[in-house]
Amino acid sequence: MPNISAEYLVTQIFNGLVNGGFYALLALGLSIIFGMLRIVNFAHGAMYMLGAFVAYYGALSFHLPFYAALIVAPLVVGLFGYLFETLLLQRLYDLDPLYNLLFTYAAVLVIEDLMKLFAGALGSPYATPAGLDGVTNLGFTVYPTYRLFVIGVCVVACAAVYVVVERSPLGARIRAATEKPELTQAFGIDTRRLVSGTFAFGVALAAFAGVLAAPNTNVTPTMGDSIIINTFAIVVIGGLGSILGSVTAGFALGVIAAVGAVLYPPISNTLIFIVMVLVILFRPAGLFGAAERRA
Amino acid sequence: MTLALIRGRRGALAGAVLLALGLVLPLIPGVYIVFAIDLVCFALVAVAFDLLLGFTGLLSFGHALFFGGAGYVATILIANGVTSFALAAAAAVLYALVLSLAVGAVAVRRSGIFFSMITLAIGEIQFFVVFQMSDVTGGENGLPISTRGTFFGLPLANDFAFYYVALAALVLGTAFAIRVVTSPFGAVLAAMRENEVRAKSIGYDTDRFKLAAFVMSGTLAGLAGVLYAVGNRFAGTEAVDWHTSGAIVIMTILGGIGTIYGPIVGAALYQSLDFFVSKTAIGDKTNLVMGLIFAVVILVARRGIVGELLHLAFERGPRLVEDEDAPDRLIVSNP
Repeated sequence: MPNISAEYLVTQIFNGLVNGGFYALLALGLSIIFGMLRIVNFAHGAMYMLGAFVAYYGALSFHLPFYAALIVAPLVVGLFGYLFETLLLQRLYDLDPLYNLLFTYAAVLVIEDLMKLFAGALGSPYATPAGLDGVTNLGFTVYPTYRLFVIGVCVVACAAVYVVVERSPLGARIRAATEKPELTQAFGIDTRRLVSGTFAFGVALAAFAGVLAAPNTNVTPTMGDSIIINTFAIVVIGGLGSILGSVTAGFALGVIAAVGAVLYPPISNTLIFIVMVLVILFRPAGLFGAAERRA
Repeated sequence: MTLALIRGRRGALAGAVLLALGLVLPLIPGVYIVFAIDLVCFALVAVAFDLLLGFTGLLSFGHALFFGGAGYVATILIANGVTSFALAAAAAVLYALVLSLAVGAVAVRRSGIFFSMITLAIGEIQFFVVFQMSDVTGGENGLPISTRGTFFGLPLANDFAFYYVALAALVLGTAFAIRVVTSPFGAVLAAMRENEVRAKSIGYDTDRFKLAAFVMSGTLAGLAGVLYAVGNRFAGTEAVDWHTSGAIVIMTILGGIGTIYGPIVGAALYQSLDFFVSKTAIGDKTNLVMGLIFAVVILVARRGIVGELLHLAFERGPRLVEDEDAPDRLIVSNP
């Protein structure tokens, strides 16, 4: 085993929490959409990318500040998702869910190449917001302030979504419509709009994550490509449809991948997938799947 | 029935027409021989994919594992002094077989969209391993080879010779797929696809049948990948990239799943479109066109081009369907 300083290890764990925060937000949106619509949104990574581009072009053309972008981008992408769901995706609900996966895959191809035509294939940097661009002394190490901010925002956002879905009257309706759509409709609740709204909310979360990622990475049309596959692996691990499972698996796998990379660098990109294989072998329904999923 | 195209005299005729087209393809003016080789390789991997998707309903998003992986194995062997193409190909196909057995054993534990997500994610492991082992695989630059080796004494340097070897592989692979789906084994697959619980209840270990279909499909995809990589004298990372898995899915569905010959048409269309679109102003952004076409196919023509034609030709009349309210009764319907 290589000789690792404790300070380096702790820094890597924080980096893992940053990645984990993005995984958690994306897995959360994917899970909420799956819970309500029984479909897997392949285009979730593309929505994340669009969120980052809204922030980027907002800043470029309208001097849209970062904090405003955190609200504007999810609204714009959420509206896009709402239209995408009501105009197109809705036509496929009576079919095998695989067709939804395939249709959203087709959407990925179109959205990504449109953005490549529009913005060029190479990335553009997005400035770290003023006030968050320094480093913070944590006592044992110094760490970029913006990354600490990301960890904090992700934790708060995940907790807020959890409370809304599990504890609020709106969440009760969403859960009711998930369990028994016809019965819920019979109580006078418009489940159609609830479904579209849930989809829009899920992709808005992805866009929110995209804005948060913009100062952290280069904004490129393919930035959603690899993260969506990691997120797929994470929802398989956590149990798709389980909010708690998705968030926990997101943060946990971010940290596990970071620590794994410290101990054995070649494994850094593949550890999440290896963990996924192990989970399928020993708990096919995912870590949190058995308790919440009936199927 | 989708098997209408491959059974009996009609099947023989359709096969003969496709074979004739295959034989003259490189002789048509304006068709580049390398393009023809690629087309045949993708046709073979699409047939292999149809064996899985069309007859078990399992949607693998990881077939680049076998297609690209076997291509790397054959290329690496030839780059390191193996002069027999047959030997390199055999080793590479064996790799695809073992790999599909391992991946399938994990993935068939889940079905539906989970199967797709799992195969997609496992495919990424090999993708990163290719980057990691750059001293063997050439990393992101890929691995070029200066020769294709010899095939039982026949030098394959001539592109036309190689094309006809690849075409022979496509013919044999397609014959194999037809043999499988028309066999008693194929009948069990059909029964599972119609109603898995029922197939289980009459004593079939459905997971083993799925795994067997997955291994056959993966192995045949490996053969296609060997021909593709050696044909291009190059193993590149995009062959193991998940976008290639997606392209295989599109070709197969575009042609028509469960029709065997349909995916050949789908692959030919996809490759031709890709070629022509890349010559237009949008350049390498061909996925824009592919994605739009695929979206339209999913929305309005899910049987694929050949499947929709077959449907028009054979299924207009009344047919027996299950009555949803009384599942054990069959009713006559006229869709």
